[in-house]
Amino acid sequence: MAEVDLRGVSKGYKDTTAVDDLSLHIKDREFVALLGPSGCGKTTTLRMLAGFIRPDSGQILIDGKDVTNVPPERRPTAMVFQSYALWPHMTVADNIAFGLRLRRLPKTEVEDRTGRMLEVVGLPGVMKRYPSQLSGGQQQRVALARALVLGPKILLLDEPLSNLDAKLRVRMRDEIRRIQQELQITTVYVTHDQEEALTMADRIAVMNKGVLQQVGDALDIYDRPATAFVADFIGSSNLLSGTLRLAGPTAVAQVGEARVPVEADGLPDGAAVTVSARPEDMEVLRAPAPDAFRLEDPRLVNFGAYKRLLGRHPAFGQLEARVPKAFALGKEPVYLRFTRARAFTSDEGDRS
Amino acid sequence: MAAQVPALPAIRLSWWIDDARIRRMLLRLFAAALAVFIGIPLLTLVLWSFAGEWFWPNLIPTQWSLRWWQEVLENPRVTNAMFLSFTIAPVVTLLTALVAIPAGYAFARLDVPFRRTLLLLFLIPNAFPRIGLYVSLAVLYYQIGLIDTYWGIVFLHMIGTMVYMTWITTATFRSIDPHLEEAARDAGASPLRAFFSVVLPLAMPGIIVASLFSFLASVDEAQGTLIVGTPHYITMPVLLYTLISSFQRPVAAVFSVLLALPSLLLLIVAQRYLHSEYVAAGLGRV
Repeated sequence: MAEVDLRGVSKGYKDTTAVDDLSLHIKDREFVALLGPSGCGKTTTLRMLAGFIRPDSGQILIDGKDVTNVPPERRPTAMVFQSYALWPHMTVADNIAFGLRLRRLPKTEVEDRTGRMLEVVGLPGVMKRYPSQLSGGQQQRVALARALVLGPKILLLDEPLSNLDAKLRVRMRDEIRRIQQELQITTVYVTHDQEEALTMADRIAVMNKGVLQQVGDALDIYDRPATAFVADFIGSSNLLSGTLRLAGPTAVAQVGEARVPVEADGLPDGAAVTVSARPEDMEVLRAPAPDAFRLEDPRLVNFGAYKRLLGRHPAFGQLEARVPKAFALGKEPVYLRFTRARAFTSDEGDRS
Repeated sequence: MAAQVPALPAIRLSWWIDDARIRRMLLRLFAAALAVFIGIPLLTLVLWSFAGEWFWPNLIPTQWSLRWWQEVLENPRVTNAMFLSFTIAPVVTLLTALVAIPAGYAFARLDVPFRRTLLLLFLIPNAFPRIGLYVSLAVLYYQIGLIDTYWGIVFLHMIGTMVYMTWITTATFRSIDPHLEEAARDAGASPLRAFFSVVLPLAMPGIIVASLFSFLASVDEAQGTLIVGTPHYITMPVLLYTLISSFQRPVAAVFSVLLALPSLLLLIVAQRYLHSEYVAAGLGRV
């Protein structure tokens, strides 16, 4: 059992609020990703969990016990740092064994657990080397082993893959997920890379400017974004700003001269809204239709597996649609129709 | 979005830095100049100390002798001064380290109020002619009974060495990634334990260099020691002043070589230590 409970946690620096009244419950054995752009407060949140930063207000509970004022050395958490933070003057074995020796475990057990942990992270036979003699990926594994060897209740990872090249990043991603599943350890993972968050985590907590925007699984976050920021940050979206017009059960957003049918959960008539539509929710037509808009200056960008159709509209500005790779432009005009668009209040959208 | 501004053609004034041949030549020239300015006077000293007979215009002595060395080493005033110098310098270094290492750490890591001002304060003794400071210190020493005492000299030397130590250790501690320390805390180490297990070993090269400077500065200090240490506490450089005016030239040369010897030895030791694998691993960050 290892649950984490953040209750109304806030942390401010001189003139900025790093984390604003954040509440988040992390279940036992859950893998939660804190996702957001740099400066969104995700690392501050993680460091408060580890005990390196004391929140200005709010409570942090681990397994129901208040650890808000407990120093890092007495918390059941272990952290993997972005820079790995391996001690350069110690061998790999000494790095991993450091915490075990502090606990005065017998020598044979220290050696045993160190060796076993290096096997878990898939790196046997480097015990006597120094960190500087290892590659980035290997250092990453040693950092993971050092964190896991103490059997922490909660594993904290601070952008652990950002210093690796793209190929290795994907491999380590699967590896970390595998180890997490194998050890059944509650994990909090900080990243700015949505692909990492979407593929690794059970649940994703999206943050922006210190405020928790939405918590949900990958499908929730992508399909049902709670705020315009989430819609924009996760995947790509066409964003338009306009005014909401309600007429019975249907809602449309008035954007300049144009009207776009939208989903608008409970927003009032006349509200200023940001409309978001995924490129794959744009239908491409070859002939005019009642609710289709002519796309000016259409051009195609090839992404291999698919293409993107880009263009402009006098009211909407830049628009983007995802089209199959066989799609080709001719001389005739193309039209776009919004098959699914969501409206968010603009207050939220302005924060992005 | 602003239009892209076309880049100006780069004008390089330092084109000669790029030419490997010119660069190598400049480097050699510099090394040669260094050797001439430092090496030749030192070599002359060594030659003088072993000279039996050396008249103009001979480039090297015409007769060699150990007479001067014998004369110096058999002089009890010299051996006393040597003994005093080498008992003061280690104590000065140790005491300075005990104060400056924690101070340097605090300046580097903690939110010390008026940090810059305090660091500058350490520089003040170096910003004015020292002699004024020493005279006022001597006045103070008379009042509190530290004049002409061992500890009086030690404290006086520490005024100078504190600067080296604090500044160098501050820079050293600041160059150590704070995450390394946090990782130790995270693994269960208390703040003190994290300092001794992680920070201090990594700071060792800087601390050794700073200690070396302090040791040499203490061995070398003459002005202040002369003022607060006479007549009973005569260190090597103080004695050297009297020797220069009252003895023959070769004696002063022997003495200078004696004075330069510890510096040389320490530098060689430090060089070996600083290049050892342990430190290389410690500083070999990717």
